[in-house]
Amino acid sequence: MSFVEYSDVIQDGDVAIVYLGIDSTMPIKVQKGAQTQTRYGVIRHSTDLIGQRYGSKVTCSKGGWVHVLHPTPELWTVSLPHRTQILYTTDIATITMMLELKPGSVVCESGTGSGSLSHAILRTIAPTGHLHTVEFHQQRAEKVAEEFKEHRVDHLVTVRNQDVCKDGFGVTGVADAVFLDIPSPWEAVRHAKTALKRQAGGRVCSFSPCIEQVQKTCQALMDQGFEELSSVEVLLRVHDVRVVSMPLPDFGPDPSAPPGPDSRGEAPNHASIALKTTTPPREIPGHTGYLTFATKPRT
Amino acid sequence: MADNGDEDSEYRIKVGDCVVLKRGDIFKAMQIQLGKKVIFEKQWIFLDKTVGQLYSTTFDIVSGGNLLPQKPKNADDASDAKEAGTDNRNIVDDGKSQKLTRDDIETLKEQGLKGQEIIQQLIDNSSTFRDKTEYAQDKYIKKKKKKYENTVTILKPSCRILAMMYHGREPGKICHLRYDTLAQMLTLGNVHAGSKVLVFETCAGLVLGSVMERMGGKFVLLTLQSLAVAHCIIKQPLFPLHSGHGSVVQMYPGGGPVRAGMESFGFPAHFHDTLHEFPICHVNALLAGTLDTTGKHSSAVEKQSDKDKEKEQNQPEAEQAGEQQDGPEDPNMETVTAEEARVEKEKKEKEKRKEAKAQEKRMKLAAAVAQLEGRNADGLIIASRFHPSSVVMGLLKFLAPSRPFVIYSQYKEALIECFTKLKEHGGTVNVRLTDTWLRHYQVLPNRTHPLLLMSGGGGYLLSGTTVATDTAKPSGSQRVEEPAAKRQKLTDTEG
Repeated sequence: MSFVEYSDVIQDGDVAIVYLGIDSTMPIKVQKGAQTQTRYGVIRHSTDLIGQRYGSKVTCSKGGWVHVLHPTPELWTVSLPHRTQILYTTDIATITMMLELKPGSVVCESGTGSGSLSHAILRTIAPTGHLHTVEFHQQRAEKVAEEFKEHRVDHLVTVRNQDVCKDGFGVTGVADAVFLDIPSPWEAVRHAKTALKRQAGGRVCSFSPCIEQVQKTCQALMDQGFEELSSVEVLLRVHDVRVVSMPLPDFGPDPSAPPGPDSRGEAPNHASIALKTTTPPREIPGHTGYLTFATKPRT
Repeated sequence: MADNGDEDSEYRIKVGDCVVLKRGDIFKAMQIQLGKKVIFEKQWIFLDKTVGQLYSTTFDIVSGGNLLPQKPKNADDASDAKEAGTDNRNIVDDGKSQKLTRDDIETLKEQGLKGQEIIQQLIDNSSTFRDKTEYAQDKYIKKKKKKYENTVTILKPSCRILAMMYHGREPGKICHLRYDTLAQMLTLGNVHAGSKVLVFETCAGLVLGSVMERMGGKFVLLTLQSLAVAHCIIKQPLFPLHSGHGSVVQMYPGGGPVRAGMESFGFPAHFHDTLHEFPICHVNALLAGTLDTTGKHSSAVEKQSDKDKEKEQNQPEAEQAGEQQDGPEDPNMETVTAEEARVEKEKKEKEKRKEAKAQEKRMKLAAAVAQLEGRNADGLIIASRFHPSSVVMGLLKFLAPSRPFVIYSQYKEALIECFTKLKEHGGTVNVRLTDTWLRHYQVLPNRTHPLLLMSGGGGYLLSGTTVATDTAKPSGSQRVEEPAAKRQKLTDTEG
């Protein structure tokens, strides 16, 4: 198991994702002899997990069951312990494509935060790329470095505990892409420019919840000579599939209608129609942040 | 700073490269060929002068359709205090404020004036320009630039650029798949190097190409020993791929796989080594274990028609040969035989070529079968005009357990049906029907707002993960995935 490569069988030391239901997942560190409590009962690692195939159904002690899934960055994003507000898959997917990430890409990122985007980047740039990620909070930097190791991706990433606005990313002229998710991204734009490769085509992205931040960042990008500025927002809409029953109105017996098969002229048997449709959830995330992209010309 | 040629060589345009031409928001994919006239935005141009230049260079289109690299831009002129008004209360739009006529402008163009110079002429000859507010002046200049600037930028293709190009130019060819939806598909499908991805698409090959870009082509399987050696040489950590996967199998309907969109990516040759194709008309046979790839029992119809063709050709010649053998000695006999021998030889060679082709085809099919028969694919991506339920129910069996699948459809109802079928069939979890809403913003000081027009729709996605299906799935399962099942009834312990 690793977050950048699939395997088939659960092994001691793996990180697996327990799927309990829609919107209910839980990460598990697989260890010989260990046990994990779930609302359906206890999962005994040695008997229920180790040696079983990923995707297997596991029956817990109380009789309920769960599925154990191979970790992916997407499953990690919805199960990871939050130390900060995180980026979700919708924004992550847009960022990945718009920054043109692919195997071999060298990426700079700040702030690392809880590592949600980091794992997705690592998956995309593996096996030959590298991620330089900067986090100014020491404990968070240490925690995320630990996770990268557990998830067997540490060889692809360098974590630096410093302030990107003052000290930059720690590398110069190597990055294909730079990502900023910090309170004052305009202060880091010049460092982004330094970290990006000299040749044209380097991509930069800044994520900011507030429009004022976006304005300041765009100004800084223009001042530093970046081109092709583009600010967007992407929102996810989920459609819950349901069968809905809608009653038919009773307008009374219809004298003009021809007699039906049972010819008794009474109200139809079915008093309602079943409709297969989707409904939106009651509340949806209406805003996460604005994504601003730009391209660096040759320097 | 002197250009280091070696360092930049992969960033330079070469003959035969697949590139994308860009002007503003207009993109067009093309191949660099010498001496070939190509059309872009109603202009005929030659791409010859771009060879050797760096990618992302902007060129001016000069007379004759030739391209000239632009000089690096100096600071915008007229950034000094321009004369400007405060509002438009006194500006009357009578269509007479521009003194230059259409013909005047044409003359300027013919004189060879650059776009920037034409725009300056327009400003100088506009009676209302200095009354406009600063913002209105900016807007006016931007508009004129779009109309008169005669430039084209040469870009290296990427999924981002090609997806935007197709969506802007020919959305019908890609089932109206919007680029952010494509982005979601690639991420939800966990497309990454070393995985085995099945793709069924009728999007001109754009989806296929995007998947291939994210897979990165062929990675050499490294043993630990060679790793140690390689590490010393290149001084970088290396990651061994233990399973040596890394392939894309394109499942295709009809006669052959469509790949135009994929070709536009301009992948190096080794990317094609990881690409296989499999015609869906053989899916059932493969799943039933009755598909023969050795050619011994190739489709009766095919064999028969081949046989018939051969018979027709052989008949007259055989007759001739027979006659000659039995015929009397004839002074012309030798030349006739030589002629006939030549024809015979040609026919044999033609057959050889045909057989070689058929053999190649069988080998390709066998290779694709080898990828599929293990039923251990790591991902399934579907984006087509075909009825999605039928497609996914046919192809889901090829996926290993705990692997993602993503289905795109232009129409929500088609995916509602798909959702229902998948639930009934079992073997999947986390099935979600979603779409994304995308909005662009104009960000300028005091003029920040969402753009006036936005995309009406980008299609829908159905995504989920497979699970093991070894235990029988009761249809009246204890847990209903559809919402509103708050009460979880636990039945007696299973097994």
